[in-house]
Amino acid sequence: MEPTLKVSIWRGRDDGGFAQYDVPRRDSQTVLDVVTHVQRHLEPTLSYRFACRVGMCGSCAMTVNGKARWTCRTHVSKVVGADGALEIAPLANLPVIKDLATDMSVFFDKWAQAKGRFVGTATRHDAFATVAPASPQRQAANAGIECIGCAVCYSACDLVSWNPDYLGPAALNRAWTLVNDVRDAGNEARIEMVAGDAGCHSCHSHQSCREHCPKSLNPTASIAGLKRATLAAAWKGGA
Amino acid sequence: MKFRARAETLLWGAQRASAAVLGVCVLVHLVTILYAVRGGLSGAEILSRTRGSLGLALFYGAFVVAVAIHAPIGLRAILRENTRWRGASLDLAMAAFGAFLVWFGWRAVGGLFG
Repeated sequence: MEPTLKVSIWRGRDDGGFAQYDVPRRDSQTVLDVVTHVQRHLEPTLSYRFACRVGMCGSCAMTVNGKARWTCRTHVSKVVGADGALEIAPLANLPVIKDLATDMSVFFDKWAQAKGRFVGTATRHDAFATVAPASPQRQAANAGIECIGCAVCYSACDLVSWNPDYLGPAALNRAWTLVNDVRDAGNEARIEMVAGDAGCHSCHSHQSCREHCPKSLNPTASIAGLKRATLAAAWKGGA
Repeated sequence: MKFRARAETLLWGAQRASAAVLGVCVLVHLVTILYAVRGGLSGAEILSRTRGSLGLALFYGAFVVAVAIHAPIGLRAILRENTRWRGASLDLAMAAFGAFLVWFGWRAVGGLFG
């Protein structure tokens, strides 16, 4: 008999519930493969989000057996229990639109709030900026720059669940990479913003973001950098 | 940097700095307990070893100040995370809590070492 997975998938909105499906077990099967099988063969109305399927776009994150993960790069063998059970739910800390698709507006709005937009000063007539790869700022920016915006850290963050206004690990990590971008001219407003009521000082350094980040980034370290930068600015009275 | 962001940042800095002071204070306090209770545990015996010590009085006076800075800032964060209490009333209540800790803490120091 073909081995099967006992899959529970969240259906509906925040007040929905889990529905059960039997999905054939395959070699090298990812959690996204499981969801896709259900949608194509068992439940055509199932809503979920994905794009690249290779861990670049950050759109397929879900809660798998209670833990936020990128589903396209999560093999079933890594997360399935001995009983073959797999529970797939939408990301926590975000409103559910339907089934496994969350509304990520608030997540990306917070990137804008944290002044996560590059503020350049050079024009097309200027030469390319020269940034030494070994400089401390470039190294600090490098450490956080590979974020794919999947919201796994935001979903795993205790602080976001306690204080919905908290900017969250991804937005603060983005702010830190720009604080270290020597070409950027927006740091005064950025430091001001991330030092506010729901900014970097709210972080308790639980490190759930670091633990869950599929790209193995360390937003907690970025937030610690912002704490130091804001303290230096506050001490001097400016940014 | 505007007042609000600056205040939040300096409060965070004050809490980290007071935490560093408290770390040392707790160690010294444990040693002091061992010293104060050696050979007997009655109130009179302990007081006979602590009274008149200016150094210990200054140390515990500073300990109280560190607690009075650290605890209200932490309590403010906990209340903001777990309740809807925000704004000036919360800040004033926490300042009053800090003043309460200083007043009663120094009173206790005066009783032990005065």
